[in-house]
Formats: sequence, C-alpha cells, structure tokens
Amino acid sequence: MEKTDLKSLALAYLEAKPPQSDMQRQAAAILRNLEIPTAKHEEWKYINLKNVASRAYTFANGHVSEATAASAKPLANMQGEQNANVLTFVNGVYVPWLSHIVSPASELKICNLREAKNKFVAEWSKHFGQYANANQHIFAALNTAADTEGAFIYVPNNKIVEAPVILHYIASAEAGDVLVQIRNLFVIGISAQLRVVEHYNSVASANHSLTNMVTEILVAANARFDHYKIQNEADTSSHIGFTQTVQLPDSYYANTTVSLSGELVRNNLHIAIDGENCEAYMNGLYVLNNNTVVDNHTVADHRKPHSHSNELYKGLLNGRSQAVFNGKIFVRQDAQKTNAFQSNKNILLSPNAKVDTKPQLEIWADDVKCSHGCTVGALDEEPLFYFRTRGISQENARALLMFAFAEDVLQRIQLEGVRKHVEQIIAERLKMDI
Amino acid sequence: MLSIKNLQAAIGDKQILKGINLEIKPGEVHAIMGPNGSGKSTLASVLAGREDYEVLSGEVIFNGKNLLELAPEERAGEGLFLAFQYPVEIPGVSNTNFLKAAVNSIRKYRGQEPLDAVHFLKLIKEKMKLVNMDQALLNRSLNEGFSGGEKKRNEIFQMAVLEPKLAILDETDSGLDIDALRIVANGVNTLRNKENAILVITHYQRLLDYIIPDYVRVLYKGRIVRSGGKELALELEEKGYDWIKAEIEAEQA
Repeated sequence: MEKTDLKSLALAYLEAKPPQSDMQRQAAAILRNLEIPTAKHEEWKYINLKNVASRAYTFANGHVSEATAASAKPLANMQGEQNANVLTFVNGVYVPWLSHIVSPASELKICNLREAKNKFVAEWSKHFGQYANANQHIFAALNTAADTEGAFIYVPNNKIVEAPVILHYIASAEAGDVLVQIRNLFVIGISAQLRVVEHYNSVASANHSLTNMVTEILVAANARFDHYKIQNEADTSSHIGFTQTVQLPDSYYANTTVSLSGELVRNNLHIAIDGENCEAYMNGLYVLNNNTVVDNHTVADHRKPHSHSNELYKGLLNGRSQAVFNGKIFVRQDAQKTNAFQSNKNILLSPNAKVDTKPQLEIWADDVKCSHGCTVGALDEEPLFYFRTRGISQENARALLMFAFAEDVLQRIQLEGVRKHVEQIIAERLKMDI
Repeated sequence: MLSIKNLQAAIGDKQILKGINLEIKPGEVHAIMGPNGSGKSTLASVLAGREDYEVLSGEVIFNGKNLLELAPEERAGEGLFLAFQYPVEIPGVSNTNFLKAAVNSIRKYRGQEPLDAVHFLKLIKEKMKLVNMDQALLNRSLNEGFSGGEKKRNEIFQMAVLEPKLAILDETDSGLDIDALRIVANGVNTLRNKENAILVITHYQRLLDYIIPDYVRVLYKGRIVRSGGKELALELEEKGYDWIKAEIEAEQA
C-alpha cells in the first residue's frame, strides 16, 4: 500500500508483536474487520481523522529513553502532589523515578498495569478487559490487542483512600511522530472511596503524537469514585480516549473532564449504571483556541431503576477551534424512576469557531424524569455593560465573565490542587486580571 | 460637575430624549421624576454609556471632559456611577472578586497602585456597615439569588466602595419595602458630602422623604417639563402624573 494509514501501521505492529492472550487475539480480529472511521460513520461524523490517522507513527510501547523522560519531568506536575500517590508514564511507559506512593498497601493496590498481571493476579484476572467493549471501536480494539501499560488501581472493600492518585501521561514526540497507548484499570471495592486524576500533557514538539487510551472502571456497591481527566497537550498532540465505567448498586461516580488544548481530542465516556440507587455525574469543560478540535461523546446507560445521572458540559471556543458534544442517555425498560439530566452550553468567541451539539435520549421505561438542553451563543451584553460601568475594562470584563462561565464546572472539582491548577491555566489563557 | 446641553438620544428609530438640559454642581442632590416611558432610565443609560442608545445631538460635560466620547469604564474612572434599576445576576463571579476588580481598575485608571488584599478587605469591612451588608452576601456570586432589596443594597454598597463623584440612582427605590428603603437611603445620605453629587431617578415621591433633593425635575416625553424644589415632588405625589400630562397637553394645544 502506498499511503501510510493507521490501520496498516497497527497491523504491522501486531505482526511484529503478536497477541499473547485470547483476549488480545480477539481484539486483533476485531481490528482487522474495522476501518478508521470517516465522516460517514455516525459516531465520528463531525470530526476529520484524516491527518491524525495518516502519519507514520512509531509505536512507543515498551521503551522510553532517559533523556525523553527527563524532558517530560517538568510537565509531570500538579498542585498538591507531594501528598498524593503519583504514577508517571512517558509515551505510555511507566517511569518509576517520577512516581511515588504515599498510601499504605493495605488500602491501595497500585502499580503499572503490566506488573499487575503477576503482582495482583486474582484482582487483575477477574477484572481486566471485562468492562470496555471494543467491538465497535477500532482504537479500543488496537489498545486491547497490544500489550499496553498504564495504571492498575485496586481499592479493597471498605477502604477509604485519603490521598488522591495523580496519573501523569506525558507524550513526547521529540524523536519523531509517536503513537502512545495507555491502558488503565480502576477497581473500587464495596464501600470504598477513591479520587483519581488523569493528567495528559505533552512536550512541545514539531512532531506529532497520538495517544490511544482505554480506561476501565468498576465502582462496586456503595463505593464512591471521583474521577478527573485533565487534558492540556501541545497543539501537535492528539488523544483518542475510551473510558468505560460500570456502577453497581448504591455507588457514586463523578467524572470531570477538562480539555484545554491539543490538535484533536476525542473522549468517549461511557457509564453503565448497573444497579439501583446510583448517582452518576459527568462534568465537562473545554476552553479552546487556535485549531484545537475536541469531541466529547458520553453515554449514561441506565439499566436499573431508581438511579440518578446529571451531566453538564460547557465550552468556550476561540480562534478556529471546534467542539463536538454528543450526549446519549439510555433508560432501559427496567430502569423505572430514573432521573437523568443533561446540559451542554457553549460560548463562541470567534466567528471561525464551531460547535456541533447533539443530545440523544432513548427511553424505554415510562416512569422517568429526563431532560436535556443545549445552547450556543455569545457573551451576554448586559453583564459586560454592568462590569464596565464599575470601571472594569471591556477586555477584563470579558475575561471575568468567561471565567465565570467556566467556574460553573470548575467548582465541581473537589480536589483543591487540581481545581487551582486548571483555574490558573484558564485565567492565564483568558488574560484575566483581578 | 455635570453639564447636559440639548441632549437628544434614540434607540433604533425611536427618539426618546428630545433635548435635555441639566446642570449639577458638587454637593447637590437632584431628582428626576416622571411617568413610565418618559425617558428617565434612558437618560441614566446614556450618561453611563450604554451602547444600545444613539446620541443624536447635544453635549455632556463631566468635570471638564466630554463624557459622550468616553467608554463606560472610563466614565467610571472619571467618577461616574450608575446604580442599576435591575442589577445583573452574574453566577460564577463572587461579589468580592468583582469589587476588587472594580476598585483596582478605577485605581489603575487614576494612576494609583492597586490595593493589596489587606487594605482592600479593610475598605470592604468599613463600607459594609454603611448598608448593613451581610458577610455571606460578599462571598456569594454577584447578585445571584439575591432578593430585590439585597440587590439594591448591593448597588449602594458598590457606590460606597467606589466613592463616585456623581452617582445616578436609577429607580433604586422601586419595589423596596420600607425597611430596605431606609437602609438604602441611609447609606446614600451617609455618602453625601460637599464634593459629590447625586442624581436620583424615581417614579415615586417616597424615596425623596429620605433622600432630600435640592432640585426636582419632571421628565415627560423626553423633555424636562417642570423644575422646582422638593415641594414639587409632594405636589406630584398629591396630584399624580396625570395632572402634569394634562397641563403639558394643554400648553401644547
């Protein structure tokens, strides 16, 4: 074949590093049968993967040089991380010297996923590959077919993990276009509690990186999981992420996804609410400029009665940036008394910015409360005028109001260090002056 | 301090102000009364610099500067303040941060150093007492979920903090119960001095029992049709606006 395409690269890679397990072989077979999606594909119709999927990436898995890890070090940084459990992955490779664990092993089992196979055999084999369904998703299939590193986290029943987990994923394309694969597995046991931050960043480079991530999460009965995904990559870095969460009865799961930059970002966040009396929250914020494209696809799948889901995604778009929001809510026939709410609000700051927003509700049960709404607009004039009559310049008034718009989502970030980290980036971006 | 000459303004195709003349000197309190739709709030908006209005002719000189050429934030920097009839609710911006941005923007305009956190808090604490501001309201988002009275009190609180030379109170009394009205009026009276001036725009005479004006003017159909002292307000209260309307129609007939 003349032109480079991601699928051929992937197949060649799997030829060189053949799948070892049945699960991997099955995923490789799915990969062979799927194609890189084009705009004709309903789930991918608003974005163009052509550029991202036609580069001659090297698969980074397995090795990262000392120099590359060292150049990534300054980016592996988040407020409050001295009191957190930190794992750092550079180009998808675990870097022990940029990692540290503070929680006792009795309450937090955590390691590189590759080690978990041997270190936590029972936990790993019971849960790995059980939640994310790669049948329709070529990127998830590729992720599953290859031998991928990432974070393994297991919280035993009744353990409340006080110190948060911060996971740094730093991409570095200094040595050439690179494809980075990451695989995470988080299991929160019965009545256990955990907070995890996934932080994606990249070393500025003329070359391109593509991160292909799959995260599987089980939130067991009565457990509570606060989950953050912070994306602040270079404009030559792309990200395709697939997060599948399964919630069991009486559990709480809150995901906050903040996307600040990058070339192309696609997040799939799927929550299967497979128990009664669950709460699921999906908070999202994208603050974009230049040519960044961010596509959030979310699914709240209500399978059982008496659960509650609430989704709020907000976006500020400047430059030639583009955002896509597709929020699906499924309420299955058994899921009576479901409350499911969804809202997507966007502000376009430039005539060249673009938003496609698509709520999608499919409801089979008849006794439910569901609502959805989306807005796309500009900043309101009246608050701007109010600020200006108090002496605040038009520029700063705009910045303050944009920040306020974002704050609605930011204040849902319970981890203060993370919230401040993100607020600082956004305040600088908006040139806000208080 | 403020000199308005033959001010004419329109919104869209509709002319609202048809030649306003007004002189305000330091230390004075002026009241502008008038029926609904007479142009009272338009006058306040034009003076504050709302861009929806087009000034057709006339001039406004404020402390020697051509006010109409200044942006709203520059007018604030020069010492103009508008207490809004409908203060805007702004979720996500705390009252405190908003005030800090306002105070320091105005200081910057005047070539002063920004206030540090300690001095800013001291200023806020001092001014809070003037209008019985609750600390809890300060930490909340600007005007969000405030009652009508709390919003108006917050306007006067902002006025107290920003210490304008000329404050325009646009129907600050409308919809207030008597307790809230007293608090607001009391705040305004405490802020009065020989150097500043107040322009009270109101539909009702009641506020003027508490903020005693030096001059009262009646605005009708975009023109000042009557001028007098505080007794004019009482007369209006007694006879109603229909009395003025009838007199004006008769004069014009």
